[in-house]
Amino acid sequence: MENISFDAVNVGDSLPSITKPPVSRTTLALFAGASNDHNPIHIDSDFARKCGMDDVFAQGMLGMAYLGQLLTGWVPQSALRQFSTRFEAITYLGDEITCTGKVVEKFERNGESCLRLDVQAANQDGDVKLSGQAVVALS
Amino acid sequence: MIDSKWIGAVTSDFEADVEKGQLRFFAKAVGENDPVYTDESAARAAGYPSLPAPPTFLFTLNLAQPDPLGKYIRMGVDLAKLLHGSQDFEYHAPICAGDRIRLKSHISDIVEKKGGALVLLVEETSATNQRGESVGKSVQTLVIRNV
Repeated sequence: MENISFDAVNVGDSLPSITKPPVSRTTLALFAGASNDHNPIHIDSDFARKCGMDDVFAQGMLGMAYLGQLLTGWVPQSALRQFSTRFEAITYLGDEITCTGKVVEKFERNGESCLRLDVQAANQDGDVKLSGQAVVALS
Repeated sequence: MIDSKWIGAVTSDFEADVEKGQLRFFAKAVGENDPVYTDESAARAAGYPSLPAPPTFLFTLNLAQPDPLGKYIRMGVDLAKLLHGSQDFEYHAPICAGDRIRLKSHISDIVEKKGGALVLLVEETSATNQRGESVGKSVQTLVIRNV
């Protein structure tokens, strides 16, 4: 990865976006096992229907993991200081998630040069599923 | 309503091993192609002693406790009304394969919204490694919809 320098970044700059394959039942099953989230509402359609849902739906943390990839695809993970998201809406089967981000602030903290980033995950129709912020420290 | 006596209560305190196999499985599940997360030589070249855990992995380690939802049931939460509202992480030091992480959680706040129609349950987890170093913090806000 090419290292990004603090001075070369400006407020308003966009991060290179990433688009993930449409969410399938396989995606949800693999993520349930890999993430230790065994809540059946994400993997068992019968259970989801009993809970009043039409079908299984994505784990919120799947979307946050995708946003994490947006960040670590742009700067090394060691630069990450904080990362927060709000789960705005449910991600459904078939949703194709695109993660975007932009630089909203440059500041100094604890002797480090930091960037504050706004990040967002939205589906193919532009419906926002997660929104959040991250702080990265660059040299 | 959840009794406010739970504010400050320790909800879990346990140790979880960070395993290479699970890190590779996580990378596969999210379609991670960066070899730093799956290939130890790439991880070492990037300055890590072994495969690094990705940014949200503290949440996954915390779910390694037996019966991770049992504590909410004991507090009187109806799991059918429970949603993950927001999630915050702070990073202090890398977490890598081979680490043993102690995760200690407590309820840091309980807030009623909309006259009790929504209750926010805030749970904070501190994480330290086998050398006693703080590696990070995770704060999850759970939303209970009383409708």
